[in-house]
Amino acid sequence: MNKAIARTALRGLVWLIYAALAAGIVWGIAYLVRINGPVYFVQSVIDGLRLGFVYALIALGYTMVYGIVRLINFAHGDVFMVGAFTSFYAISRYGWGFVPAILLAMIVCTLLNVIIERIAYKPLRNAPRIAALITAIGVSFFLEYFTALRWVFSADYITYKRPFEVVVWNLKGVLITNITVIIVGVTIGLLVLLQFIINRTKIGKAMRATSDDKPASRLMGINVDGIISLTFAIGAALAGAGGVLYAIAFPQIWTFMGIMPGLKAFVAAVLGGIGNILGALVGSLLMGTVDVMVVSFVPNGSRLRDLFAFLILIIVFLVKPTGIFGETQIEKV
Amino acid sequence: MTDLQPGASGVTAFLDIRDLTMQFGGLRAVSDFTMAVPEHGLYGLIGPNGAGKTTVFNMVTGLYQPTSGEIHFDGHIVNGLQPHEITHLGIARTFQNIRLFRNLTVLDNVRIAYHQHAGYALLEAVTRLGRFRRQERLLTEQAQDFLAVFGLHDRQLELAKNLPYGEQRRLEIARALAAQPRLLLLDEPAAGMNPNETETLMQLIRFVHDEFNLTILLIEHQMRVVMGICEWITVMDFGQVIARGTADDIQSNTQVIEAYLGKQFGKGLTSDAAAS
Amino acid sequence: MKRRFTIPTWIPTLVFAAAIYLAVRYATQTETITRYWYQVIQFAAITAISALGLNLIYGFNGQFSLGHVGFYAIGAYGSALITKDFGRNPWSGDRVGALSWIIAAQLGILLVLAAFRYLRIGRLRQRVRSTLASSLQPHECNVICLLLTLAITALILAAGYYATIGLHWVAYRLNTALYAALPQKLGVAVNFAVAILSGGTMAALVSYLVGLPLLRLGSDYFGIATLGFAIMMYTALQNSDLVIETMKGARGMVGIPPYTTWTWAFGALVVCAIIMRNLIRSSQGRAIISVREDEIAARAMGINVAQQKAMAFSFGGFFAGIAGALFAHLYGFLHPSSFNMIKGFDPLIIIVFGGLGSMTGTIVASIGFALLIEGLRVILPQGFEDWRFVIYPILLLLVMLLRQEGLLGTREWGWLRAPLPPDRDIPVPPRALAAQRAGGNNSEEA
Repeated sequence: MNKAIARTALRGLVWLIYAALAAGIVWGIAYLVRINGPVYFVQSVIDGLRLGFVYALIALGYTMVYGIVRLINFAHGDVFMVGAFTSFYAISRYGWGFVPAILLAMIVCTLLNVIIERIAYKPLRNAPRIAALITAIGVSFFLEYFTALRWVFSADYITYKRPFEVVVWNLKGVLITNITVIIVGVTIGLLVLLQFIINRTKIGKAMRATSDDKPASRLMGINVDGIISLTFAIGAALAGAGGVLYAIAFPQIWTFMGIMPGLKAFVAAVLGGIGNILGALVGSLLMGTVDVMVVSFVPNGSRLRDLFAFLILIIVFLVKPTGIFGETQIEKV
Repeated sequence: MTDLQPGASGVTAFLDIRDLTMQFGGLRAVSDFTMAVPEHGLYGLIGPNGAGKTTVFNMVTGLYQPTSGEIHFDGHIVNGLQPHEITHLGIARTFQNIRLFRNLTVLDNVRIAYHQHAGYALLEAVTRLGRFRRQERLLTEQAQDFLAVFGLHDRQLELAKNLPYGEQRRLEIARALAAQPRLLLLDEPAAGMNPNETETLMQLIRFVHDEFNLTILLIEHQMRVVMGICEWITVMDFGQVIARGTADDIQSNTQVIEAYLGKQFGKGLTSDAAAS
Repeated sequence: MKRRFTIPTWIPTLVFAAAIYLAVRYATQTETITRYWYQVIQFAAITAISALGLNLIYGFNGQFSLGHVGFYAIGAYGSALITKDFGRNPWSGDRVGALSWIIAAQLGILLVLAAFRYLRIGRLRQRVRSTLASSLQPHECNVICLLLTLAITALILAAGYYATIGLHWVAYRLNTALYAALPQKLGVAVNFAVAILSGGTMAALVSYLVGLPLLRLGSDYFGIATLGFAIMMYTALQNSDLVIETMKGARGMVGIPPYTTWTWAFGALVVCAIIMRNLIRSSQGRAIISVREDEIAARAMGINVAQQKAMAFSFGGFFAGIAGALFAHLYGFLHPSSFNMIKGFDPLIIIVFGGLGSMTGTIVASIGFALLIEGLRVILPQGFEDWRFVIYPILLLLVMLLRQEGLLGTREWGWLRAPLPPDRDIPVPPRALAAQRAGGNNSEEA
């Protein structure tokens, strides 16, 4: 008899807590909407999503490479930077338009990443993972400092010249620029293309197989080395595009610009479940939104944004290291 | 000497496993596994590849937490404890794929097993005062004596990874014994050995059993090793016990033969066919 | 076969160390080297201490930590707070306010940790969980357990908070009395020593706390998580003026008394090397190394892997803190840019160069690194100084691709080397013949 009472009481307590949490979240959002007005709130969300889409392009490269060779490619953020700079030179020096510039950036980044993979990562494919990770760190440093030399890109902050005029639409107070539309459009387009390649083509099947089991894939006649290079290439192309879009949105570039977006995109990939493409997108949108919301609503937010980004990382690792869509791996002893 | 009746209340064997089940998501690796090993026994656990034998070991040593079931060792409940706590209780094991500390010397591999009995605190180690010098010398001498018994004393300063395969196996067993267990779990110790080597290994196991007064539970995939030395054998397949008995019982057991050789050999068989 | 008699290894090492110490002292005193290079040499020693700490964590214990610079920063800023206003402290307007708070806070945290350990929260949770599991759904169980844990945690933290305030009161009185009793110069030296030690202990404590949740992650995840910690620490430093005014955030903390001398730096390096060598060449050290080699086998051998990881991580953090404290008092000012993520890779690069798992290699590589970075600045022609930062990742890449084990691999020199076990003739019982031949591949086999 007592047990039944205790059980109902505890049950009640648990549901009370859930209700309180839900109420808290609702109240929190209402508070945010109220404090600076709904327009400000919606604007933050939209800007956040915009940033999230750019992060998604970077995060995909991280997640695909990790899925296939279990390497955290530290240099990925720097490939993103090279994309931005390539388009800068194309646009300012040679007057290229938007589409040619972004395509050029994607091509250059692809070549760069494939070269890096062949020279620095392939020799270490059978070495312990940390060795490859340290090498990735070395490549990252090299790219940052080499391009910072005066006769390459120089270490200055350079103002980026946009390849088109900015158009602003005002929807009941919320400002949406054509930049946002272009970013969302390009990103979604590339994502759809990626999904198509991976799920509907033979080469996509080869990529999925190689991710799953390399020796078996080799036995099935798949050119594993080629597939790995292809994965690096696709990741780089996306990051290159991301670099151009980021530069258009935040028109100031410098050779160390890739570090923070790169790391945050990596956190996003982990948040979504590393190795999972949908996870990379969802994680990035969340990261981007949180990033901009922190700047908009937290006092001194712009100085503390990095802190929050990595706080998310720590929380993910504490609660569910495999991420939102990830699966736990059991080690066979 | 007989396998105690599973579930007999009031009678707990030295190692008493009851209704052990391990479920990995959708896969049931071990179902309702029950076994009782008396003290000083030399028991065997056999079955075809993938039967769940190593999973049972992993649950006994705490590497996996069983989905359900209980494991009692010398009166203590063992499921739910951490692996190192279980080792402190007196259970040691070897691994199917040798897990030596490859970049450490042979001597250090054995000395690590003595860590729980080191006899000095961190502060004494760092300052080299107090009991450190004496205990460390004692520990090292014990380890060396141990290696000598196993014929590895000459190699004491070699890195474990540089030893030939047979000596690596021997070292692994020596290391497990250095942890001063009362129950020793050997996971496929004869893996990768030719018949000659297997024969000497069997002698080693008998020697260890007698000399160190141990209880030994042995997983083997090769029937002849188990038939040669085990007093009592439990046979597993697909995560379940399919037979128990002495070597003779098992050899003529239909189910066992089917499990190893397939259904067509199950009917009308001879002991020869079963033992090959 | 008996070995030849050899000189105990500590003698040549001691002579060598003494020689280095005296050489630098002589060179400074006779002004053979400039003040600039004198500081570089001290910086080399300081870097060596920090790198030894990371080598313990990664080289010997196998945990890939990218957060080392965060602990270095804690030691630097923490010790600076103690010495900077020694004499005129803004926290309480008197001499030893900061020191007392720091001591009290550390003791308070230790008490809280001890309370958690003593009350066996883990076992309590398990018991509650098992009693409830029969009546409630799993998610309900989790929520109740979480609630219980939070409630207990809140109580313990509150108790810890009040304990800290009380401890501060006591520490303050004791410190004031102590420093009043000492003559000025000795008081300053004692204060510096206490500051260095506190820098170390603060870093060690934070290492322990950070390690509690993170050390159970696998290798690359642990790397990223510690990197995240380092970045959070950097952001916190950039904005420290929001909390503690003297730290001045991104403007940099100035006015730190430049107490570090070659004697302090070299002395600290020697002490740290001794501690580390003694730790590694002991059973606890072997346990630490076994975790690197094979965690699962180590568990099977009775080693509490979580505890060993925590121990190595805390010791490593302690060394980082000591190094940070010496660093803060070397140049007299601190700027968050010295602790950014890029600088954070320096100790990693050093230990990889020198050889993971080699203390000698770490020390040699640290000195090489400090001299290289500064030396290249001098050697490279005008306008090419920035090439230093291009050359050094190239060197790292070359090491990773061509000679992964680094300069010295796992080899050590002198006293740092593992002591040889006693050479003994051991009689073997004849029945052990079976044991000796089992498995084959034995030279004695007929």
